[in-house]
Amino acid sequence: MSERTENVSRHKLNVRKDENKEEMVQQVITFALMILFTLIAFSMVILDISSYFIKPILLLLAGVQVAFQLFYFMHMKNKGHFMPTVIMFGGMTIALATIITFTTIIWW
Amino acid sequence: MSHDDVLNPKHMPHDPEKATLEGKNKFVGFWMFLGGETVLFASLFGTYLALSGSTSGDNTPENLFGLELVFIMTMLLLTSSLTSVYAMYHMKNHDFKKMQLWLGVTVLLGLGFLGCEIYEFYHYIHEYGFTFRSSAFGSGFYTLVGFHGGHVLFGLFWITSLMIRNQKRGLNLYNAPKFYISSLYWHFIDVVWVFIFTVVYLLGKVG
Repeated sequence: MSERTENVSRHKLNVRKDENKEEMVQQVITFALMILFTLIAFSMVILDISSYFIKPILLLLAGVQVAFQLFYFMHMKNKGHFMPTVIMFGGMTIALATIITFTTIIWW
Repeated sequence: MSHDDVLNPKHMPHDPEKATLEGKNKFVGFWMFLGGETVLFASLFGTYLALSGSTSGDNTPENLFGLELVFIMTMLLLTSSLTSVYAMYHMKNHDFKKMQLWLGVTVLLGLGFLGCEIYEFYHYIHEYGFTFRSSAFGSGFYTLVGFHGGHVLFGLFWITSLMIRNQKRGLNLYNAPKFYISSLYWHFIDVVWVFIFTVVYLLGKVG
C-alpha cells in the first residue's frame, strides 16, 4: 500500500516537473520575442525612420512586451490569477486616466 | 503535527508559494500593491510627459540621451527578468541551491543596471550641467527615472537579504512566498523600465 502511494506520488512529481518544463519553454520563447521587439524598437529610432506611425508603433511594441511580462513571466495567464488580473486592469485603467489628464486637461 | 512540520512537509506541494494561508494572503496583497504602484508610476509618467518640453538651453531630450547605454541597460534588466524566472522554476521543482544561484545572477545583473544608471546621471550632471533643478524637464526626468532606480536598489536589498537569511534554512512553506513575491516585484521593475525606455528615451529621441 505504502509502496503504491509512493509510486503515485512519484508519478505526480514527474508530471509536475514536465508541466514546469513546458512553462519554462514558453517563457524562454517569450524572452526571445521580447529581445526581438526591443531590437526592432531601438533600430527604428537609430535608423531614423521618419514616419507618422513611428510613435504608435513604439508604444505598441512596449505594450506587447509588458503583456508578455505580466502574463508569462508573472504567471497572470495561469489558474488562480483572477484577483491579480482584476487588480492590475483596475490599476491600469486609473493609470491611463491619470496620464490622459496630466497631458491634456491640466494647464502647466 | 507541529507548526514546523506543517511548514516543512515531506512532499512539497505544487505551488509552495500559495500552499499556506499566509502565502495566499501575501500573493493577493502583493498584487494589490503592484496595482497601486502602476498608478503611482503613471502619475510620474504623466508629470514627465507634461514637463518634458520645458527645457532650458541645449539640454533637450534629443541632445542629452545616448541610446547605446540605454540599450545595454535594457538588455541587463530584461535578462535579469529571465534569470529570476529561472529561479522560480527551480523553486517549483524544490531545488533550493539552483534557485539561490539564479537569484544571485539576477542580483549581479541588477547591480550592472544600477551602475550604468549612476554613470548616466553623473555624466549628465558633470558634462552637461543637467540637474534636478536646471529645468522642469530635469525635475520630471530625475523624479521618474530616479524613482525607478530606487526601486531597483530596494529590490536588490530585498532579494539579497532573503538569500542570506534563508541560506541555511533551505526552501520551506514559510519562505517560498517571500521568494515568490520578491520575484514578482523584480518583474514589475522591468515592466516599468519597458515604458521608461520607450516613452522617455526612444520617443524623446524621435522628438
